[in-house]
Amino acid sequence: MRVEQISIFLENTSGRLAAVTRILADAGVNIRSLSLADTADFGVLRLIVDRTDQAQQVLKDNGFTVGKTDVIAVAVPDRPGGLAGILELLDGAGINVEYMYAFVQRSGDNAIMIFRFDGVDKAIHALTQAGVHVLKGQELYAL
Amino acid sequence: MIWNDEYETLPREAMEALQLKRLRALVDRVCSTVPFYKRKLGEMGYKPGDLRTLDDLPRLPFTTKDDLRDNYPFGLFAVPMERVVRIHASSGTTGKPTVVGYTRRDVDTWAELMARTLSSGGTTRGDIVHNAYGYGLFTGGLGAHYGAEKIGAAVIPMSGGNTKRQILIMRDFGSTVLCSTPSYALNMAEVMAEEGISPADLKLKCGLFGAEPWSEGMRREIERKLGIDALDIYGLSEVIGPGVASECLEMKQGLHVFEDHFIPEIINPETGQVLPYGELGELVFTTLTKEAFPVLRYRTRDVSRLIPTPCVCGRTLLRMERISGRTDDMLIIRGVNVFPSQIESVIMDIEGVEPHYQMIVTREGTLDVLEVQVEINESVFTDAIKGLEKLAKRVEHDIKDLLGVSCKVRLVEPKTIQRSEGKAKRVIDKRTL
Repeated sequence: MRVEQISIFLENTSGRLAAVTRILADAGVNIRSLSLADTADFGVLRLIVDRTDQAQQVLKDNGFTVGKTDVIAVAVPDRPGGLAGILELLDGAGINVEYMYAFVQRSGDNAIMIFRFDGVDKAIHALTQAGVHVLKGQELYAL
Repeated sequence: MIWNDEYETLPREAMEALQLKRLRALVDRVCSTVPFYKRKLGEMGYKPGDLRTLDDLPRLPFTTKDDLRDNYPFGLFAVPMERVVRIHASSGTTGKPTVVGYTRRDVDTWAELMARTLSSGGTTRGDIVHNAYGYGLFTGGLGAHYGAEKIGAAVIPMSGGNTKRQILIMRDFGSTVLCSTPSYALNMAEVMAEEGISPADLKLKCGLFGAEPWSEGMRREIERKLGIDALDIYGLSEVIGPGVASECLEMKQGLHVFEDHFIPEIINPETGQVLPYGELGELVFTTLTKEAFPVLRYRTRDVSRLIPTPCVCGRTLLRMERISGRTDDMLIIRGVNVFPSQIESVIMDIEGVEPHYQMIVTREGTLDVLEVQVEINESVFTDAIKGLEKLAKRVEHDIKDLLGVSCKVRLVEPKTIQRSEGKAKRVIDKRTL
């Protein structure tokens, strides 16, 4: 149920983002989704790619600081109130969302959101109990 | 273990009375035997009788490294050459070497002080002292040698270099005490590991390390890799050589200054003002008993502070904190003296952070702004912004706590801070004053 995400530390200087994407391109890694969080000084780029280990290695080899985290991909009904329902459900279960972002592609009638929680297992449990579809890693990479 | 029970545990009043008596005799002596001091004291309007208490010490002139160079080679000797039995000199990498002399009694005093130093690490008769300090013009080798002999320990006069042979001898002879620079001790530990020799193959129990600044982190590393107690010792040839101050095994926190022979002071390196106990500044020494090469208020350019609180080991001697830098590296930020080594100690205390940092000082309007750049690495990196911000805030907070100066910490990518061969460039001062 977990999806692997890599995150990269970036200084807020021009060209850093381009450098990351070029390195991945040259390694034949396809980016499936991304989110960039930034402050005045630095940013953290989070990526879901088709070949996580290879992406992590090639970035490390190029001197980037790379981390790997488990996130989960949730199928969110693509209609008004779809996301609100999921978030209320999590709130009710006392689960805090660390951050979230949208996956590029849809799956049927659903949008896919990537969630980062402190307690991944607890979140998976709460969501699946309530009948929410949580995508498996393979399912997601194959979309 | 205390070598000289009488002097190392003298009650404070008795110590100060002894210091005053010796100081007066010293000033009288240098006034009549060293033209340099006669002139300096004359210029300051010093008259015999001006030294009523030790608090009058700041009325005496400083001696600097330049004064030593100006009087090269023997201009500051206070005795004729007939009474000199030994001459040492500093390396003189940046100009002429500085030359110091010893009478027979000076050599005895020095041996006594190094016997105290070695004893504070537990050395006794029966120990085998592996002396890897360099023998020669440098004071380290012979200083430790005479001290060990005075105790009655067996000295191996190894000197530096040829590390594999050092280790072989250490193992085969069963050396129990190691004297060397801390960086050489680490070097030996690495070669030992390469050679497949473990600390258990050796009989080493203690090491006395000095002659260069080092850190608590290095102490832990040496202790772990060699399986010994590692003590910091301090000295400089201009004062006597090693044997000015030494840590004790009991506390390992601050070096006891052998005050019956040397008076330490801490001054503001900018103004020359004497600072109270506990404040960080430049370490200054006056030698009380040296015959051939006495100095008044010698400015060491080493940064430390004095600790007056009594020590568990029983010595009543003041302690000086481990040297944390050189005054040459000092920055003044918003009126506060800041040493790069202080920033380093904060960073080293945070688990996982690399000791690569750079300080950038700028001026916005009339205000100095300090930015500290710290390299990120995988062990401290997190994918959540708040974790990284917390790290930066923690460094900022710890620096503010220690220095009283607020700064901005900027996390930067690995290997972006310039590495230099040998001494790293830690400070970029962009202020135009």
